[in-house]
Amino acid sequence: MRVVVGASSCGYAAGAQKVIDELNKIHIPVNLTGCVGMCHLEPIVDIYTDDDMYRFVHVQPDQVEGIIRDLSDSPSLIKPEDSQILAGQKRIVLRNCGVINPERIEDYIAIGGYKAYQAVREMEPDQVIDIIKQSGLRGRGGAGFPTWFKLNAAKNSPGKPKTMVCNADEGDPGAFMDRSIMEGDPHAVIEGMLIGAHVIGADEGIFYIRAEYPLSIRRMQLAIDQAKEHGLLDQISLRIKAGAGAFVCGEETALIASLEGERGMPRLKPPFPAQKGYFGNPTNINNVETLANIPFIIKNGAQAFTQYGTEKSPGTKVFALTGKVKKGGLVEVPMGVPLRHVIYDIGGGIIGDRDFKAVQMGGPSGGCIPKELLDTPVDYEHITQTGAIVGSGGMVVMDDTTCMVEMARFFLNFTCNESCGKCTYCRVGTKRMLEILDRITKGQGKKGDIELLEELSLKVKEGSLCGLGQTAPNPVLTTIRYFREEYEAHINDKKCPAKQCPELLTYLINDNCIGCTACAKACPTGAISGSLKEKHLIDQTKCIKCGACYNRCRFNAIDVN
Amino acid sequence: MTCACENKKMELIDLSLLDEMLLTYKDQPGISIPVLQKTQEIYGYLPRPALSKIARETGIDEAKLYGVATFYAQFRMLPVGKHMISLCQGTACHVNGANLIEDAVKDELGIENGETTPDGLFTLSVVACLGCCSLAPVMMIDQDTHARLTPDKTKAILRQYKKEG
Repeated sequence: MRVVVGASSCGYAAGAQKVIDELNKIHIPVNLTGCVGMCHLEPIVDIYTDDDMYRFVHVQPDQVEGIIRDLSDSPSLIKPEDSQILAGQKRIVLRNCGVINPERIEDYIAIGGYKAYQAVREMEPDQVIDIIKQSGLRGRGGAGFPTWFKLNAAKNSPGKPKTMVCNADEGDPGAFMDRSIMEGDPHAVIEGMLIGAHVIGADEGIFYIRAEYPLSIRRMQLAIDQAKEHGLLDQISLRIKAGAGAFVCGEETALIASLEGERGMPRLKPPFPAQKGYFGNPTNINNVETLANIPFIIKNGAQAFTQYGTEKSPGTKVFALTGKVKKGGLVEVPMGVPLRHVIYDIGGGIIGDRDFKAVQMGGPSGGCIPKELLDTPVDYEHITQTGAIVGSGGMVVMDDTTCMVEMARFFLNFTCNESCGKCTYCRVGTKRMLEILDRITKGQGKKGDIELLEELSLKVKEGSLCGLGQTAPNPVLTTIRYFREEYEAHINDKKCPAKQCPELLTYLINDNCIGCTACAKACPTGAISGSLKEKHLIDQTKCIKCGACYNRCRFNAIDVN
Repeated sequence: MTCACENKKMELIDLSLLDEMLLTYKDQPGISIPVLQKTQEIYGYLPRPALSKIARETGIDEAKLYGVATFYAQFRMLPVGKHMISLCQGTACHVNGANLIEDAVKDELGIENGETTPDGLFTLSVVACLGCCSLAPVMMIDQDTHARLTPDKTKAILRQYKKEG
């Protein structure tokens, strides 16, 4: 019997360490593995017997002994419908996550790891580029630029030393696939890096990893050390550079500035990093997921990759499915499947079976896709047509309780804070847009605000040097495009249809009130009066609309209008 | 008007703690960020006298170091409490009610974002995304992540930390 515990950030957050401690206490040897993608079921324990595998979910420490004693009769055994989650997917990038032990290079080698790199070492760089070109692999970090083209440009650029950089500065709120890959299969990323380095002739490789991902940094460092011990780093040195918290550093020229010890501000392109990158020398920058695809493509051939996906967007893509969805987690599907398949068939639909309202794709650079477009195929071209972007693959699902104006304000607040300040339109324009959205959500919207937002959006897009500013207005533009009536309700009627903007709400007590006094006790401003067993009343002049009474009432006696 | 600097208490810190680190990084290019990260590891924040010393020893302009330190969200110019609360306000957490969690923390501790409690026990830092989106809303206290929070659960967790000191 082999016991495997899901030990990635989500597993630990859900309590995996206590489960591991308990297993240690009863002297059961514990194997670690990365995230299998079913984050909503963590902590997950897999038990392999000679001929079967049992998966236990939501495991609590006090259940551990019972599980070990009787494998087939445990309430925490995974439900059949949940074990179907993986059946609707095609896992290429995540093939080893949740399967192998990420802290042991032997596990990776045992399943054919580093074979692709060994093969590449016997090949000419152009042969390797040709295979990647045939596979049609496009950068998975957001822009979707052909990977072979960037590698080829860096290979052909004169100048030494050349550098490979792995962009692991996963800054999009709502996306966490890069973290999961680094925590679950770090050697695949390293192998992709080594192949790229061989192709362009780099002698140094740098992993730029977000500082907010301590476990990723630890596992990647361990993997680098192990690769070195196994003699795999004879042609290149690898090191990790921890990011310091700046969203704009996901942009490649800003990332290079940050590597050079500067403020992370983007630079004018051209020259591109492939020509003049890290300290003025040719540099190839690729996202984590892109690199993790490369060993698979080399080992199995381009055709094994292009059999999935569409003609222009081949292969699979990992999406981080979160928000108001029942079965949130990491999902890897062939490009081109409909959004509905991801959200309903794999994600199980909306929590509480409420109405689906929109899915936000592409983080602060993306947009909100409404219900009418649920059958849009998920690939670069179709998603871009909706006004959103595939981006790094964040999918935040929203139901009818989400206010779209507030959502646009939330993203603008983020980009406004993260603007590096170099371009005037991005620095000041996003600020002005945020002020307008702030006003609208507070019930102070004016006629003409929507048009002003649209005009500013266009100018910010045109007047910004890098992707941050060029895409910052997308959440505003898509919500205006698909949910214009919500903006109008805020501005003209001073109403928030989703009942989320506090300033636009009125709390009233209805006849369900039995006079239990719970709401009066919960009210922080003493706005609720009434005697015991009598209907209470809210003094609107004192009410600060915090919702405390609404959350406390157990008799549905508070109406929100 | 007199300069406020004169009234400010001099920060009493042991600058020799920097020596070993500075030796390893000396004469390497592009080291300002890792040097500042190590400095923050040593002191918990970036004391001004430490920045001056780093500038002297490495030859990087102090103004540039200050510019880098204030650009990146990770760097702090003021001492922090014993426990660092990183409260996630990423998209998934926001949609799942992170505002209520933020209010609960502020209510329980009586501090705003970026502030430290008077007893020096907690500092609150609101961050963009911790990458635990499926377990939203979440917060990290030091290196431990607390998931699927409710306002009541949040307060209970904070009280546990208070009890343990």
